[in-house]
Amino acid sequence: MPPENSDPSGRLPLAFTATGNASFLDFLAAHAPGMLPIGRGLPVGEVPASPHGTTIVACSFEGGVVMAGDRRATMGSMIASREIEKVFPADEYSAIGIAGTAGLALELVRLFQLELEHYEKIEGTLLSLDGKANRLATMIRGSLGLAMQGLAVVPLFAGYDLDRRAGRIFSYDVTGGRYEEREHHSVGSGAVFARGSLKKLWWPGMTPSDAVRTVLHALVDAADDDSATGGPDLARRIWPVVATVTAEGYRRVDDDALTAAVVEVESARRATGATGGDQR
Amino acid sequence: MSMPFYVSPEQLMKDRADYARKGIARGRPVVVLAYDEGIAFATENPSRALHKVSEIYDRIAFAAVGKYNEFENLRVAGVRYADLRGYSYDRTDVSARGLANAYAQTLGTVFTTESKPLEVELVVAEVGATAEEDQIYRLSYDGSVADERGHVVMGGQAEQIGARLSQDWQPGMDLSGAVRLAVQVLGLQPEGEPRVIPPDQLEVAVLDRTRPRRAFRRLPAAMLTDLLPTQVDDPPPAPSHPAEQG
Repeated sequence: MPPENSDPSGRLPLAFTATGNASFLDFLAAHAPGMLPIGRGLPVGEVPASPHGTTIVACSFEGGVVMAGDRRATMGSMIASREIEKVFPADEYSAIGIAGTAGLALELVRLFQLELEHYEKIEGTLLSLDGKANRLATMIRGSLGLAMQGLAVVPLFAGYDLDRRAGRIFSYDVTGGRYEEREHHSVGSGAVFARGSLKKLWWPGMTPSDAVRTVLHALVDAADDDSATGGPDLARRIWPVVATVTAEGYRRVDDDALTAAVVEVESARRATGATGGDQR
Repeated sequence: MSMPFYVSPEQLMKDRADYARKGIARGRPVVVLAYDEGIAFATENPSRALHKVSEIYDRIAFAAVGKYNEFENLRVAGVRYADLRGYSYDRTDVSARGLANAYAQTLGTVFTTESKPLEVELVVAEVGATAEEDQIYRLSYDGSVADERGHVVMGGQAEQIGARLSQDWQPGMDLSGAVRLAVQVLGLQPEGEPRVIPPDQLEVAVLDRTRPRRAFRRLPAAMLTDLLPTQVDDPPPAPSHPAEQG
């Protein structure tokens, strides 16, 4: 029987008309807990090799934030995908990027997007950016059991705060800890290298296009030293997913603009030889 | 111990239906009509927060008249139904027909088994890729469903307004034409000159088929002022009424 019609008379079950809760996650937990990807126990034993997503970087700029993710997923030492996308709109004014077990992470993103839209429809208003960040923390905490068996998901969340009129970035740990980051942050296997790059290349009051170049540089630096991170693929023309979130909302940077930015980044690095170059 | 009086099932159902019908007819009407690029919903509602027209899913909207607490409850149930279905299958698998069936079963069960029927009337509408694929379902307090074409009116004076709409509505109207017609018929009175309803007393929303994912959009008063013809004389003061009467 489909989960939405479990009452014998065919009427909507009581869980549907229960009042006072605008959370889809709570509704699912009460009505159809079997459908939750998180919070479920796993049988003992090794989890077979599964694709893992890698590096996500984000930095703030004047009036917003930019988030970028490379396109590689790895399974052990193999490349599982060259084209996986790991940066998504969470809603109109926020973006979520994911690193970790790809299957669970993608499901978590789907559930998080739905959670925000569900709230918006039921309450008729958007959640605050802090509210969204806290909701995500709860979801991560719910999957701690999976994380302990090696199926960790670590998101990076960034959005435009409509009350403060500024971009903000939040990072998480597997226990659901939520930390607000100033300026920039990165997660995933190449995060260490990307962070070093961001530290050198970020400055306050950047324009959006400066910020797009900076995150591309950081991803190239991460791909340089981390085998699980893929750089821009010039031969296949596969570029990282780059998105900005400003007062106008979530905008994915289109392929033409990215091609130009990637060419610019590559030539800047080439011009001064192997040292990394003058990257601004 | 006194014996309860025998009440025939016919009488029982008739009493319930009369009761529900009376409650619904007290409310202000809601007009739903198709236009070339989607479906428009309009009603007189001074509240900016207590809506009678709402979004259910990407291409599906909900409009209701009757008791606010009862239809609000059904609206929330509809959002949960649609989101759950979209999550278990795919976003494209959520249809107005499925939702209308779920509502019909709910209304029907309450009508026959509970002490009081729901005093609501609903419209569930889904906008398709073309006007021919648009679906408008009208649901009554007893669970009966009607598949409507083009236009629907619910609530008070539904007959008078419906008659006028069948006369003036045409397929392929543009948005401003459809909104103008809707507002015009909402102002009809049982006798006397029709009222002119000012834009800030209106709740108007559309399902716009040209929008990429979420087709639902509310039209703010400022936009309505542009769409509606300029008013020559001052409109009469709108009577204040609680949303319950909606």
